[in-house]
Amino acid sequence: MVHTSLDVVDEKISAMGKALVDQRELYLGLLYPTEDYKVYGYVTNSKVKFVMVVDSSNTALRDNEIRSMFRKLHNSYTDVMCNPFYNPGDHIQSRAFDSMVTSMMIQVC
Amino acid sequence: MDAPEEPLPPVIYTMENKPIVTCAGDQNLFTSIYPTLSQQLPREPMEWRRSYGRAPKMIHLESNFVQFKEELLPKEGNKALLTFPFLHIYWTECCDTEVYKATVKDDLTKWQNVLKAHSSVDWLIVVVENDAKKKNKTNILPRTSIVDKIRNDFCNKQSDRCVVLSDPLKDSSRTQESWNAFLTKLRTSLLMSFTKNLGKFEDDMRTLREKRTEPGWSFCDYFMVQEELAFVFEMLQQFEDALVQYDELDALFSQYVVNFGAGDGANWLTFFCQPVKSWNGLILRKPIDMEKRELIQRQEATLLDLRSYLFSRQCTLLLFLQRPWEVAQRALELLHSCVQELKLLEVSVPPGALDCWVFLSCLEVLQRIEGCCDRAQIDSNIAHTVGLWSYATEKLKSLGYLCGLVSEKGPNSEDLNRIVDLLAGLGAERPETANTAQSPYKKLKEALSSVEAFEKHYLDLSHAAIEMHTSIGRTRSARLVGKDLAEFYMRKKSPQKAEIYLQGALKNYLAEGWALPITHTRKQLAECQKHLGQTENYLQTSSLLASDHHVTEEERKHFCQEILSFASRQTDSPGHKIVLPLHCFAQLRDLHFTPSNAVVHVGGVLSVDITMCSQMPVPVHVEQIAITVHFSIEKNNYRKTAEWLTKHKTSNGIINFPTETSPFPASQNNLPALELYEMFERSPSDNSLNTTGIICKNVHMLLRRQESSTSLETPSGVALEDGAHVLKCNDVTLEPGANRITFRTQAKEPGTYTLRQLCASVGPVWFVLPHLYPLVQYDVYSQEPQLRVEPLADSLLAGIPQKVKFTVTTGHYTVKNGDSLQLSNAEAMLILCHAENRAVIYSSTREKASDVSLRVQSSDKVTSISLPAAPAYHMIEFELEVLSLPSAPVTGGESSMLGMTEPHRKHKDTQKAGHCMATTDHKVSIDCPWSIYSTVIALTFSVPFRTTHSLLSAGTRKYIQVCVQNLSELDFQLSDGNLVDPGSSADLQLVPLNAKSPQHIHSKQSTFFVWELKWTREPPPSLRCQFSVGFSPASEGQLSIPLKPYTYEFQVENFFTLYNVRAEILPPSGAEHCRTGSLCSLEVSITRLSGLLEVDKDEALTESDEYFSTKLMYEVVDNSSNWAVCGKSSGVISMPVVAQATHRVHMEVMPLFAGYLPLPDVRLFKYLPHHSAHSSQLDADSWIENDSLSVDKHVDEQLDSSSIKSRGSVHSASSSEPKGLPMPRLQALPPGQVFNSSTGMQVLVIPSKDDHVLEVSVT
Repeated sequence: MVHTSLDVVDEKISAMGKALVDQRELYLGLLYPTEDYKVYGYVTNSKVKFVMVVDSSNTALRDNEIRSMFRKLHNSYTDVMCNPFYNPGDHIQSRAFDSMVTSMMIQVC
Repeated sequence: MDAPEEPLPPVIYTMENKPIVTCAGDQNLFTSIYPTLSQQLPREPMEWRRSYGRAPKMIHLESNFVQFKEELLPKEGNKALLTFPFLHIYWTECCDTEVYKATVKDDLTKWQNVLKAHSSVDWLIVVVENDAKKKNKTNILPRTSIVDKIRNDFCNKQSDRCVVLSDPLKDSSRTQESWNAFLTKLRTSLLMSFTKNLGKFEDDMRTLREKRTEPGWSFCDYFMVQEELAFVFEMLQQFEDALVQYDELDALFSQYVVNFGAGDGANWLTFFCQPVKSWNGLILRKPIDMEKRELIQRQEATLLDLRSYLFSRQCTLLLFLQRPWEVAQRALELLHSCVQELKLLEVSVPPGALDCWVFLSCLEVLQRIEGCCDRAQIDSNIAHTVGLWSYATEKLKSLGYLCGLVSEKGPNSEDLNRIVDLLAGLGAERPETANTAQSPYKKLKEALSSVEAFEKHYLDLSHAAIEMHTSIGRTRSARLVGKDLAEFYMRKKSPQKAEIYLQGALKNYLAEGWALPITHTRKQLAECQKHLGQTENYLQTSSLLASDHHVTEEERKHFCQEILSFASRQTDSPGHKIVLPLHCFAQLRDLHFTPSNAVVHVGGVLSVDITMCSQMPVPVHVEQIAITVHFSIEKNNYRKTAEWLTKHKTSNGIINFPTETSPFPASQNNLPALELYEMFERSPSDNSLNTTGIICKNVHMLLRRQESSTSLETPSGVALEDGAHVLKCNDVTLEPGANRITFRTQAKEPGTYTLRQLCASVGPVWFVLPHLYPLVQYDVYSQEPQLRVEPLADSLLAGIPQKVKFTVTTGHYTVKNGDSLQLSNAEAMLILCHAENRAVIYSSTREKASDVSLRVQSSDKVTSISLPAAPAYHMIEFELEVLSLPSAPVTGGESSMLGMTEPHRKHKDTQKAGHCMATTDHKVSIDCPWSIYSTVIALTFSVPFRTTHSLLSAGTRKYIQVCVQNLSELDFQLSDGNLVDPGSSADLQLVPLNAKSPQHIHSKQSTFFVWELKWTREPPPSLRCQFSVGFSPASEGQLSIPLKPYTYEFQVENFFTLYNVRAEILPPSGAEHCRTGSLCSLEVSITRLSGLLEVDKDEALTESDEYFSTKLMYEVVDNSSNWAVCGKSSGVISMPVVAQATHRVHMEVMPLFAGYLPLPDVRLFKYLPHHSAHSSQLDADSWIENDSLSVDKHVDEQLDSSSIKSRGSVHSASSSEPKGLPMPRLQALPPGQVFNSSTGMQVLVIPSKDDHVLEVSVT
């Protein structure tokens, strides 16, 4: 579950906070493997967390692909945040963001 | 240690494996040296340089020394590495040439040939020298010769292949030295052999791997080969490298499985796809699981077997490397990937088998790790093992569900069969764990054996997992396990135990705002609470679920129905209320007051419209919706007044309530906003900035601990408030979505009413919104009746009819028919009564109520306005026209204003200010029917005009000009301009020279009127005039009433011309024109035009023998510095008071500029001697001389006569000592008495030829 994986996110962030303050690696890697899913995490510099759940049987997705997907997601998210009409904390209703996510999903599946 | 004599034991793959070194030659010698050698060899590390750029490593070498036998040498094609002799050593003690030649040489040759036959080049010949022997055989030959011989014979190119070891069993420095040299040599040789042989082996292996695409390639074969390499590394204690070999195998296999999934199946892989028949878990206790290895070797292993074996090897190596945590991590990965691979390869697995395998494996790994670490280490590394714990828990749970061990009744026969099958698949317990009580095998067997045992094991595991998660701060994971546990308890029908876990999980989700988990947990909780019979909690959860959009429609309806059925059922205990928070039932969207400013007078009707958004999926009939109102009387009296309320409450009456978009209160929303302030700290000494920063003032609010005790959904937090004032609305059906509910109330007592609680009751179920936020209030006021009179325009203009608005605010007074306003009239202000006056009655909300006609009766003193009947708290508005009589500011003292009028005499001020209008205040006292006191109202009228007059002369003819200036914004029409002399002497005549009336006078413009003054007799010294002009607003047509004309009175004095002054400038004699810089003569002639008149009789007049003369002073002044007056510019003359008496004065002036220059001014003053008997000529001269009159005299020319007087007196004060005489006085002649006939004349001046002269003269 995404929620549970946040535990590991927190753990990793705090571990990173101690050790690698300056390192700019935002990708947290595999957080929480379960039998059926793999949960990957990504945290921005402003501690916005992205979590991606991938079917375990999907072996086409390697670390690098996940990383680039996260990067794409992050860019798109930044665009949404830059929208002056967006209220931080609201539900994201951007069409561009949606289509980006959808295209990513299609590409993966 | 193996003695060389012993027969070679079969190769045993244990950790005791060491690289094999064969020994040939003198076995006895070797046996004697062996203990020292095996002890010394591993003592010092050796650097091993590796091929392929691998990092060099320090190795402690150990060796297994075996006797040389030919069969030890590997045959061609044999790839076994473990049994491979890496080095061959020939030992000899020979020091005798004879012996050497006889036996040793042959032996050596034979040995060498054998080696060569097997193409083995790693050999070493050791010559041991012994002092003892040396002594025996007394130096027959130099010792070295044997060594040299051997070197010669065998080591033709590699002389270092022969080593001398001297006195190995002695303890001397020489011995030590030779030992060291030997050992180094031995190690080097060994390593060289390793490098060469391993390199070769690796190359072979790689070749084999490259063939993997060929059909018939077997993974198992390759596995064995690479494992051989791994064994060698392990033998060399290079566990890292050994692990790499296994990892490579692991990766290769995984890749094949993945490729298989992608459709690229290798033949050999199908073998691994055989159905799983055994699931006995990982075996990690033995370093090498020979059973499995054999299976692989025989190519009979299943996928699980291969994986198990591979992992057991990896585990062993990792433990050697002191990395137990990696074992745990890899175990989890392995278990997951195995499950996936089995799926991917479509291997048929009996249900539950994998669960068993995973469960056993988890526990095995955990126990293995526990076995090699101490308690403290384990505790500090829970993070690594907890995954395995929860995985095991999960698996046990699913096994339990599968086998019917979780149900209340226990397993049925089908379940039992399944259990038996599963247990069969486990096989027999391994001998190595048979003695341990807590072996995974035993645990699983026990857990599956009975319901109770299962419960015990499951609870143990769950609690352990929860505890571990909590201890490392993974509360969310702990909640998840807790939820599973709750589910388990629910299955076991013990909801009271489940509840605590569900509540905990729910609290966590709520705090972090995860909608879907909340919904799921709530559903579980609802079920749990239903079982527990917690009505209130259950209803609350139900209502929350019914309003939850993540729940399906049917489920929402179900939960809603639960509430409704409860509400309709429980009637046995009346008065029993179940109070639930409203927000889960419906949301208050907005609230709308009518009247919109939420201010209502006593007795008025206030209606409150609220929009409630019902969250229920079905329409709900609500018996009553009530709003509790708190009543408070405002202390401040002023606040209660209607004006204040209407002024300050300008809202549109709609209050919007913040909608919670999420159905749960997210914790961050509850936090107060940050209050940040700038902070500057300056050093006390020099006030320079020391530190600056931002302070958060409400840190204590923000950073306080989240109170864990307060549940977010405690129903007890809702307290019912019993207010005396309640707004009620009965029998409302709330449709899903927005509903509009209207409350009506009649205001009773004045004060402020605050809406507090909203409460909707469905039977005994009360949904309560404890606080309405933002604060909603309405005010009830009571008001005294009031009358207000105000002009319609900005200001009232006097003289024309102006409209004034009367506003009667009735307040609590009801205007009856016959009530009237009594206005006591002011005399100068008329109230114009038209036949038709209309009054409009407004309600308190400014809506037009009615329009009635108004009766106005006027008598001399009193105007009575009868008001139309109007209810309380209404407003009557009507307009009346009033006319203020224009009262012109009069220059004379007479005032025509009487009675109530108090004209403002602002005439002087307005003249200075320029544009302000003169104003007049009129006070009207009004008697109102509701009060015994009269209301006095002041109305200010402004006079729209300002009038000025002036006297114009032309010789002896006189004209009067009157200027009328319009100050108002309106345009007027002027008519019948008239100037009369109220004295009306017949011998004076005013002849108008004006345009035909009427004349338009526009706003901010002026109009002039001129009359000529004619007289037949000697005119009086002063003349009083009265100017009057009729006016009316230009825009309007005929006015109903005649307007009073505007009048202006003034007085003209001394208008008769006495003197005529003429000035003339003549060019110097001979010249045609004046030139700059050259002197010209100025001729001034002053002519008396009349005989002795009344006005002449003053001090200046001197009489001698019927001959009157008056003293005049003239003065020539040039304002514009065109002329320089040379010599005296002024003088005193004695003018005979006779008509046509003329006095001429001649002066020299010099033009300073060329062109047409206006003549210098000639002024005339009356010269009043202090004493008429004085010889004034001298005085005047001296005074003038003192004053040094010249061009700069113009400074004083603005001074009027009085200031010249004062100047004279000042001068006299300073110069009175020597003379002892007071100074004469000067008096300006009134402008009407002097006519300057040469005004406006100009003289042509031509520029002089010599400019330099001009410049000099100027300076």
